Amino acid sequence: MTTVAIMGATVVDEDGERAGPVVVDQSTKQVVELDPAQADRELDATGCILVPAFVDLHVHLRQPGNEAAETIETGSRAAALGGYSAVVAMPNTTPCMDSAAVVTEVLSWAESALCHIKPSAAITVGRDGHALSPMGELVELGVRMFTDDGTGVQDAQLMRRALEYAGSLAADDGAEIVLSQHCEVTALSQGGVMHEGAWSARLGLGGQPAEAEELMVMRDIALSRLTGQRVHVQHLSTAGSVEMVRRAKAEGHPVTAEATPHHFTLTDACCADYDTVFKVHPPLRTDSDVDAVRQGLADGTIDAIATDHAPHTQDSKERPFDAAPPGMLGLETAFALANTELDLPLAKLLELMSTRPAWIAGLGGRHGCPIRPGQPANLTVIDLDHAWTVDRGRLASLAVNTPFHGRKVKGRIRHTIYEGEPVVIDGKATR
Amino acid sequence: MRHLLSIADLSADELVELLDLAESFDEIQHRSIPKVPALRGKTVVMAFFEDSTRTRTSFDLAARRLSADVVNFSVSSSSTKKGESLRDTVETIDAMGVQAIVVRHSSSGAPRQICEWTRASVVNAGDGWHQHPTQALLDCFTIRRRLGGLQGRHIAICGDINHSRVARSDVDAFVKLGARVTLVGPRTLLPDRWDDWGVDVSHDLDEVVSEVDVMYLLRIQQERLGDALFPSIREYRTRWGLTVDRARRLQPEALIMHPGPMNRGVEIDPEVADDGRSVVLDQVAAGVPIRMAVLYRLMGPGQFDDNRATVGDVELAPASGHEPDNKPLAQGVI
Repeated sequence: MTTVAIMGATVVDEDGERAGPVVVDQSTKQVVELDPAQADRELDATGCILVPAFVDLHVHLRQPGNEAAETIETGSRAAALGGYSAVVAMPNTTPCMDSAAVVTEVLSWAESALCHIKPSAAITVGRDGHALSPMGELVELGVRMFTDDGTGVQDAQLMRRALEYAGSLAADDGAEIVLSQHCEVTALSQGGVMHEGAWSARLGLGGQPAEAEELMVMRDIALSRLTGQRVHVQHLSTAGSVEMVRRAKAEGHPVTAEATPHHFTLTDACCADYDTVFKVHPPLRTDSDVDAVRQGLADGTIDAIATDHAPHTQDSKERPFDAAPPGMLGLETAFALANTELDLPLAKLLELMSTRPAWIAGLGGRHGCPIRPGQPANLTVIDLDHAWTVDRGRLASLAVNTPFHGRKVKGRIRHTIYEGEPVVIDGKATR
Repeated sequence: MRHLLSIADLSADELVELLDLAESFDEIQHRSIPKVPALRGKTVVMAFFEDSTRTRTSFDLAARRLSADVVNFSVSSSSTKKGESLRDTVETIDAMGVQAIVVRHSSSGAPRQICEWTRASVVNAGDGWHQHPTQALLDCFTIRRRLGGLQGRHIAICGDINHSRVARSDVDAFVKLGARVTLVGPRTLLPDRWDDWGVDVSHDLDEVVSEVDVMYLLRIQQERLGDALFPSIREYRTRWGLTVDRARRLQPEALIMHPGPMNRGVEIDPEVADDGRSVVLDQVAAGVPIRMAVLYRLMGPGQFDDNRATVGDVELAPASGHEPDNKPLAQGVI
């Protein structure tokens, strides 16, 4: 099978809306100009939309080190089922992705994945905030994003140097090198296992104040101003952070930001029964923070929806709330949640989930492209009206820690085409 | 009542019902054989993931006075903190077939999580900074006995409120029973928020001390010193300790309470601890009948029967050590 005709869908991309069909070629990995009748195979997409596949700036694939929770293979399958053709893998693996050896190994595992695995790498050796990782060598291997995700770079001087050094590195594809920050001043968040507020006070759990995030957002905006370098703010979760990013953009600083589906749908009240599936960093915040994140997504303050897909074994989540690891699944539910919960036009959703994140990750030109002959064939077919209920037992991830189990959502990924190959057909992974 | 996890889960009526039931059980304590067969054949497991001599002994005595079998299952908190699944531990206990698990854990919420993994009733014997419901019940019991009730009484709770499960459960219970509660301490020892707690807050003990009916002091934990919550023990005692001088300004009928163990010379001066207004030992004594009442409500006859006899109708027949084990017990008779 080399050519596939996608029949009956409405094509939606940056060029607008139009009727299909669209033919893709697996050998050239491109959309091609071909009579659908000549294609080797047809995929029915009647009543659906055909869009550029999604790009996730933030996933934890747990390989190497915690393959009981997820692997590159299972995580890429979850991504494909979620409509993604590319994901940026976070470097907080064991060992961590701070050297050419580990990144090379990840790239070799990624070859057979069901989507494009783009490794990011640590800013500092061992993600411990002391010495710069070999950034130049890692850029040569294809790394375009650096982050100590899981923790922020606490030392302002070191962060300044990292920004300046990254700015001196040129990638062979012309993409900018971006430093991506988990914004959390740990001295202030220390001991906090949920958002600091009325719920933490009542539940007797240590709280992380919103200001622990906002102080670092503020600092990194200042460092961006100082160095002229681009800073990407990860999983922005507070109203204050949204406002600061909005102002920084208005002032012309090269700052971008992402927000997760859980931060635009859930609040700290979810922790009321100490269910560790709701433990996540940054923590679930308040209603007004959720509203601010939604507003930020709508008005362009926040560039991208990123999942922070963080699989954890059931064992580890069955510890007491303060001892359980933070994080929740996201890949297979992100689009449906955005489609159900955000009152945004489809074109805006595509910008948030595909074109902008592709550009931020240095994947523009390969993902999030317009659907035209000669362009890469990374596409997703979505049945927007398909209502379904999230079932943790039916996810492709090895882990089951979705906070959305039992939730009714609308919009189902029907087919996903990665490099011309249908990796998901009718909601099922083909391999 | 299926579990006792938090005072917040109880209505004012349920609180009063438990206090009344405890009064009935208190009478048993003064008999020559302070034991009734109410929970004979039932097994209570003491799952203490955190050390506690006082609370464990009190629960142990309460269960034995109701003729329940008591098993100790000691696990160090660290084993579950370091990675052993809490669920595995609980399912191990559950598999042995028990009717109640009394849980003490250093992590807030652990008893709530445990409910998901056992068929037994779970009694929270203190979880992290969250709740210690039987402590709140025995405090209410003590105050009610001494002052006739809590309605309209002014109670000050002074000390490390934020890190205190006693404070959280006491606030819930005192407010439900109509008391006016003032939390006293520096901002660093107060919770993140208290706006929905129904309490007043003061940073000045001197302003409060002469006005209250009950002065409730919390234990200051020396290990908090490293967290820069207050400058020194000396400064804490000066500003927030119940010193001899301050105790003089308490009303003559006021009660001095403390959940124990006391740091004499820190939150309470040694002379004040032995003051005639101190009811610290009454609190300890109230622990046994309160815990008997809780265990009985959870495991006793008719626990799921909405038509069960009211507390006032319960006949307190003495236990006979010579009864054959197969003799049926009348419903509602303990």
